Amino acid sequence: MYQFNYERPKTLADAEALLAKADDPKILAGGQTLIPTLKQRLAMPSDLIDIGGIKDLDFIRAEGDAVMIGAATRHAKVAQSADVKKHNPALAALAAGIGDPAVRHMGTLGGSIANNDPAADYPAACLALDAKIHTTKRLIEADEFFKGMFETALQDSEIIKEVTFPHPEKAAYMKFRNPASRYAMVGVFVSKGPWGIRVAVTGAGQNGVFRVAEMEEALAKNWSPDAVANIKVPARGLNADLHGTAEYRAHLVTVMAKRAVAAAG
Amino acid sequence: MSVVSMTVNGKPASADVEARTLLVQFIREQLGLTGTHVGCDTSQCGACVVHVDGRAVKSCTMLAVQAEGADILTIEGLAKNGELHPVQAAFREHHGLQCGFCTPGMIMTAVDMIRRIPELDEETVRDELEGNICRCTGYHNIVKAILAASQEMR
Repeated sequence: MYQFNYERPKTLADAEALLAKADDPKILAGGQTLIPTLKQRLAMPSDLIDIGGIKDLDFIRAEGDAVMIGAATRHAKVAQSADVKKHNPALAALAAGIGDPAVRHMGTLGGSIANNDPAADYPAACLALDAKIHTTKRLIEADEFFKGMFETALQDSEIIKEVTFPHPEKAAYMKFRNPASRYAMVGVFVSKGPWGIRVAVTGAGQNGVFRVAEMEEALAKNWSPDAVANIKVPARGLNADLHGTAEYRAHLVTVMAKRAVAAAG
Repeated sequence: MSVVSMTVNGKPASADVEARTLLVQFIREQLGLTGTHVGCDTSQCGACVVHVDGRAVKSCTMLAVQAEGADILTIEGLAKNGELHPVQAAFREHHGLQCGFCTPGMIMTAVDMIRRIPELDEETVRDELEGNICRCTGYHNIVKAILAASQEMR
């Protein structure tokens, strides 16, 4: 790997100061995407600011009608959390299906959404569950957060502190994994809650996670798998690669949406 | 360069490393513990799995400096007083390896799996082995060995 500077601040304030000072810094959370990216030199930041030492960012709290999860909370912890399992079992199940067990022991919620990989799972949960993303500077609604492939609303010196997930009445996430990489070819998160009904799709879109308004409207009238069975998203704008055409992914969106509504009950 | 210190297999270990040094490089090249393997170097294969503070992680996807102060367990630290760990013994008994390259990672993953999941069944074991690749065995005897060890350790 190439040379870089490494800092491990103990507090958020120190992390912010280090970010502001460095030439071309990058935050290191769990590193499960960033370290492979550095090895391939797809990113070459001058400084890595490791937030793994900031204890305040690692927590899960159920309060009122929401679960708050610290940005540096590992996937395995979310998957096993009694609070998340109780109030938001679809979110716990999603966390339990990210990567593999060793990756889930390191990877973090904040890292996943800050990176916004178009095939990542957490962005679908945030968008479908009307999550609130709290940063060192402001509160960002999930609808405003994801801006396109590997693009978010985050500014350079902004750090995600926690994500608030309001409890859904019904929710489920279904993904069709690529048989080799195991990443989502298509993942669909459906939910019903105080925000109404949401359907969020990951893995399929060239610009990352997106909502399907037509499915949301159909489910509002009739919450059943049949309601989405004949709704097809346009293939234009979907990913096409050696693993599947855009048409194939469009088809999978419908299939996964049906399965997710069935699973949500 | 900066000094990184951790506990490896119960003993203090300390060395001068660059920030870019991976945990697996520190373990293999600086400590000479070559039981931990590098198969793919892309986080896919799991040959490099070690335990960091009791949890299985891929040591090719972690910087040595991130492990400052951590408690590391590698394959070399499993056997006690010349006695194989029950998972190691089960891999031998059930022929859970052929070439052996993936075995250290398989065993470290299995020990972590058995710790986390008291009631293992075949489907769960296969699912939990998602991050470990074996190109010889077809996994069948690895699964058998893990199930047998899980029974033995109850």
